[in-house]
Amino acid sequence: MHHIYCPYCEEAREEEEYSYTGEAHIERPKDPAAITDEAWGDYLFFRSNPRGIHHEMWYHASGCRRYFNVTRNTQSYEIHETYKMGKLPTITAKTIAADTLVAQQGDAS
Amino acid sequence: MKKYSGFSLFKHSLSHHENWQAAWRSPQPKKQYDVIIVGGGGHGLATAYYLAKVHGITNVAVLEKGYLGGGNTARNTTIVRSNYLWDEASKLYDHSLDLWKDLSQDLNYNVMFSQRGVLNLGHNLQDMRDIERRVNANRLNGIDGVVLNTAEVKEIVPVINDSQDIRYPVLGASWQATGGVARHDAVAWGFARGADSFGVDLIQQCEVTDIITEDGAVVGVQTTQGFIGSKKVACVTAGNSGVMAAMVGLRLPIESRPLQALVSEPVKPIIDTVVMSNAVHAYVSQSDKGDLVIGAGTDSYNGYGQRGSFHIVEHTLSAICELFPMFSRVRMNRAWGGVVDTCPDACPIISKTNIKGLYFNCGWGTGGFKATPGSGHVFAHTLAHDEAHPFAAPFSLDRFNTGHLIDEHGAAGVAH
Repeated sequence: MHHIYCPYCEEAREEEEYSYTGEAHIERPKDPAAITDEAWGDYLFFRSNPRGIHHEMWYHASGCRRYFNVTRNTQSYEIHETYKMGKLPTITAKTIAADTLVAQQGDAS
Repeated sequence: MKKYSGFSLFKHSLSHHENWQAAWRSPQPKKQYDVIIVGGGGHGLATAYYLAKVHGITNVAVLEKGYLGGGNTARNTTIVRSNYLWDEASKLYDHSLDLWKDLSQDLNYNVMFSQRGVLNLGHNLQDMRDIERRVNANRLNGIDGVVLNTAEVKEIVPVINDSQDIRYPVLGASWQATGGVARHDAVAWGFARGADSFGVDLIQQCEVTDIITEDGAVVGVQTTQGFIGSKKVACVTAGNSGVMAAMVGLRLPIESRPLQALVSEPVKPIIDTVVMSNAVHAYVSQSDKGDLVIGAGTDSYNGYGQRGSFHIVEHTLSAICELFPMFSRVRMNRAWGGVVDTCPDACPIISKTNIKGLYFNCGWGTGGFKATPGSGHVFAHTLAHDEAHPFAAPFSLDRFNTGHLIDEHGAAGVAH
């Protein structure tokens, strides 16, 4: 079971207090009528579904009832950070890869 | 391939069963194939078998990163049924059920298909209305089904709790007598042995690390055993379909989640059918060994760990114990998880892509096992003709852009 830190309540609570609500940072097209069926379908249904670092939204259903973002590893289930809506992640697949590279080079020297 | 028979069993007993032919070869990969199938589970092996048998395409490789049938084929609860609501889905799953009936003879391999019937319980008025609607739709599509009341359910499953004073009372059920269970490993092994006998190369411990394309067309795959060329690559990788798609920069309308199941200690015969309940999300049958085979729900979030959350198991078992109070004293032996590829409309994707020669058969979500032969049969047609089989056509990837979804999610006996 995950213990998830809610950035609004500022407390780590059990997973069952939350609902998972899907991939984060997917922006709703500003003018749906103006875009193609392909673009609309992509927005509604197509997801990146990575094995590894995933940015996703959770809803604190039994707490503050607010949405926030979580950066989580879908393979190891490690939660790297949680952050408020509207913010961008500070930890991404790229930054982790860069950190690993630095660590390896450190070992080598 | 040496045929299995009662006589061969007797003959080999004379040499203490030490001289059986291996069920399939373990070949080295060739440089080039006509078709490469990525994923050696039930669906991938069935695809290879029907490609060879029906379409005469035998220069085929099945690449499996682990061992044959070691993923979701080994992890499901082995239920077979075809009582889906919509015409498109019922055609596909009933096609599969037809193939199940003769599969053991066809493969010369006992897949232990047992048509012991499937009950889908209703717990409230709306459940019962949905069941009536679905059974009527099934019968119009030539799929057997009847609506049962509480007493009739009790007659089929005497151990069920028919009290009307529980949280989710059993008000009735749909009953598909032609549904049942099959031996999951045998299905993978039977298809593997059959495909191998036509000359298909089954290559295990061979993980595909990249799909190589040139000018928008597939030319082969990079694997842990080197480059293997082919103008047609078919991905049948269930939970890992998103990972395969990302290799060529595609996104799929799929989210991968862990689905759990568990078995009890073996007990004497107590349930001779399959009982499913969508509302409380629990289903149970009894294996030939005597274990109660119990299926739970998926985790709510994406995950590639082949294990599920404990509170999901707790939820399922509380429902099982309410339906079958006597099971509260049965001890559970093992629990496990598999990574399922869930689609927004709970229907599969059997489709070409916008990359020439790249095909996907995925999105079966929590209910792929029952479709194993049918899925392989129609997908082989799609691969051989570069055009969808009529039963597969509605399940193309572009339905998510045209809007022609086949919404089995709220409609069918959802707990696959």
